[in-house]
Amino acid sequence: MKMNVLLSSIRNCAKNLGFVAALLLAPLAFAAGSAEKGKTAFVQHGCWQCHGFAGQGGVTGPKLAPNPLPLETMSAFVRNTRGGMPPYQKAILSEADLADIHAYLSSQPKAPDYKGIPLLNP
Amino acid sequence: MARKDRRRFLTGFVAASAATAIAPPLARGAEEELAQNTRAPSALPPNAHIAAAETQTPSELAPSRIGGVPGSDFMVDVIKTLGIKYCPSNCASSYRGIHESLINYGGNKMPEFLTCMHEESAVAMGHGYFKIAGKPLMTLCHGTVGLQHAAMAIYNAWCDRVPMIVIGGNELDASTRPPGVPTFHSAQDINALVRDFTKWDDTPVSLDHFAQSFVRAYKIAMTPPYGPVMISLDAGLQQEPMKEHGGEKPVIPRYVPTAPPQGDSGAVKEAARLLAQAQNPVIVADRAARTPNGVTLLVQLAELLQARVIDQGGRMNFPRTHYLSAPPTVVSGADVILGLELSDFWATVNSYTDNGENGGVGSNGTRIKRDTKLISISSVDLNTKANYQDFQRFQVIDVPMAADAEATLPALIEAVKQAGPNKAALEKRAEAAKKAHAEGQERAKQAAAVAWDASPISTARLCMEIFGAVRLLDWSLVASEGNVSNWPNRLWPIDKHYQWLGRSGGYGVGYGAPASVGAALANRDLGRFSVSIQSDGDLMYAPGVLWTAARHKIPLLAVMHNNRAYHQEVMHVQRLSNFRNRVANLGNDMGPVGTSIMNPDIEYHKLAESMGWWAKGPIKDPAQLGPALKEAVKVVQSGQPALLNVWTQPR
Repeated sequence: MKMNVLLSSIRNCAKNLGFVAALLLAPLAFAAGSAEKGKTAFVQHGCWQCHGFAGQGGVTGPKLAPNPLPLETMSAFVRNTRGGMPPYQKAILSEADLADIHAYLSSQPKAPDYKGIPLLNP
Repeated sequence: MARKDRRRFLTGFVAASAATAIAPPLARGAEEELAQNTRAPSALPPNAHIAAAETQTPSELAPSRIGGVPGSDFMVDVIKTLGIKYCPSNCASSYRGIHESLINYGGNKMPEFLTCMHEESAVAMGHGYFKIAGKPLMTLCHGTVGLQHAAMAIYNAWCDRVPMIVIGGNELDASTRPPGVPTFHSAQDINALVRDFTKWDDTPVSLDHFAQSFVRAYKIAMTPPYGPVMISLDAGLQQEPMKEHGGEKPVIPRYVPTAPPQGDSGAVKEAARLLAQAQNPVIVADRAARTPNGVTLLVQLAELLQARVIDQGGRMNFPRTHYLSAPPTVVSGADVILGLELSDFWATVNSYTDNGENGGVGSNGTRIKRDTKLISISSVDLNTKANYQDFQRFQVIDVPMAADAEATLPALIEAVKQAGPNKAALEKRAEAAKKAHAEGQERAKQAAAVAWDASPISTARLCMEIFGAVRLLDWSLVASEGNVSNWPNRLWPIDKHYQWLGRSGGYGVGYGAPASVGAALANRDLGRFSVSIQSDGDLMYAPGVLWTAARHKIPLLAVMHNNRAYHQEVMHVQRLSNFRNRVANLGNDMGPVGTSIMNPDIEYHKLAESMGWWAKGPIKDPAQLGPALKEAVKVVQSGQPALLNVWTQPR
């Protein structure tokens, strides 16, 4: 059990360091994306599968929209993740598509306050 | 020897009957008479023999051609002593003897034969029925081809610890079995097919043996840990007459339930000591509450310790409305964890990430503190088999008890009372738990509001629209297949044993539809309203169960979570594509090739309508869902099944 904990901690540190390093090395400026193209790319690249068509999240993936992570942060995560989400390297998801996806997620409307939805206050 | 005697008798009987049919003495006599009167008119008045031959029942079709009481009538007598209410089955010639006895001699009551269109449906109906009624059903099937159809559902019942009596018809005697199909449908040992995932099986060779075998099967199935049992039933034994027993029938043993196994008193005392002294005890329950009393006992223990309870959902173990109800993450802060009938203790305290690391097999990590003490009460330790690995990865436990959790809880509660938990610590834990529960509820509601008006309809909206439609009824969520992000457990006020039934057990897809129908059958008899969240892929394994529901007037509201895919597999293939740095080939669909259920879209509402259901769809606009549900609820209240085909978000 002790060895497991130690190994797990080392792995987690390595993962976090990799993520931070990737974030620091990421280009500072990303081209602005197109929300319309991003909607298509979100489906084509399978993002909807775990996060839902509106990026609302579920048990299979966290909520992405509205208010997604900054594009730079999102890019660093998507390219380098070693967690539950499989990585999308540039060979399978271009920078342009990623920027479009980010634009699509940013365009999603703010969720209503649950207190105003009768079905959520039975 | 007994078998040979019976077979000789049968062979002789068949031969005699055949001779009678081909050259009856009456017909020969008539020919001779005609030959002696060559000039007689063409139409003579019939003599007594001819008149009898023309007007009376042929001797070979006499009321009891077999020359006695059929053995299968006695089998029905045995079955009736056990109060089995239904026998969902797909008809088959290898059990025609007992089939005929059930519906004619037995009057088609206790059990009532329910016409099924697939053996898998029949077994899964029994699975769902038990979870509501707490009583097992029996099913009949062909011992070979029918049992092969039934096998996956039997495996689900095994993994889900659900009792079921499966009877397979078989023509054992190769020297007398009819040629052709009955031979293809026979085997030396049909039970071998399911032996790895049944608790017990037998092949009775006499009626006395059958009586003992059937009562024993029932008793074994109903002793925790529950499980399916199998009986191979010889066609000859069903069809041949009962032997003389001095004018009396064979003895039917009386069924006396076996008391479930309780935990060792020393182990219970040690567990109580650890729990009472813990700073942050956590209880995790999976299939702990076998009965409604299990819920009451678990609430009592949790409140006594002010311990938060993670209900893994194999059954409804703990009310979701209780402030001690907690999410799986709370194990991380525990210093003592009590696991009750966990199907996977390892995954309760460890994490597994399918991230392609470690040579592609994924990475593991602990989810608990280093010195956390683990206690387990599980009856599954009493009933493991080597081949199928449903007992999961090995987890070291500090206090393991091979015992039934529900049966052990009273002793554990008393032992904890004697150990005397610290009152100040209890108050502090209670306060923290109330706060965490309220905050968790608020977070869940806010998460449900995201994409509330999206189309396809979000799973949160789907679930809350359903709840809104049934909340004032005595509802029972009979199945929730096809992952809807666990919204019912997060937001529905589930606090009764019958409001959540758990899942299939073995994750054999195709369970949801038939188990819903079986559970709805039990609820019908109890006057409850049944609702299911029915996934698309699950329904298409054996949709004929829709007809069975309509045929037998089983009211059920099935609301489809139609995400038009085998969505788990959509994500799996996408994940592997990414690990391998390849673009997933979608073909013309939205998910990777081979995982989508589209092009064409299945019109489930039309499918249901064709089998006698009221149905509507496809519903894609969330605003249309509420009104459609209102209509459907009225239909179900009138005694009919109803289905809504709803296009939904993937999860």
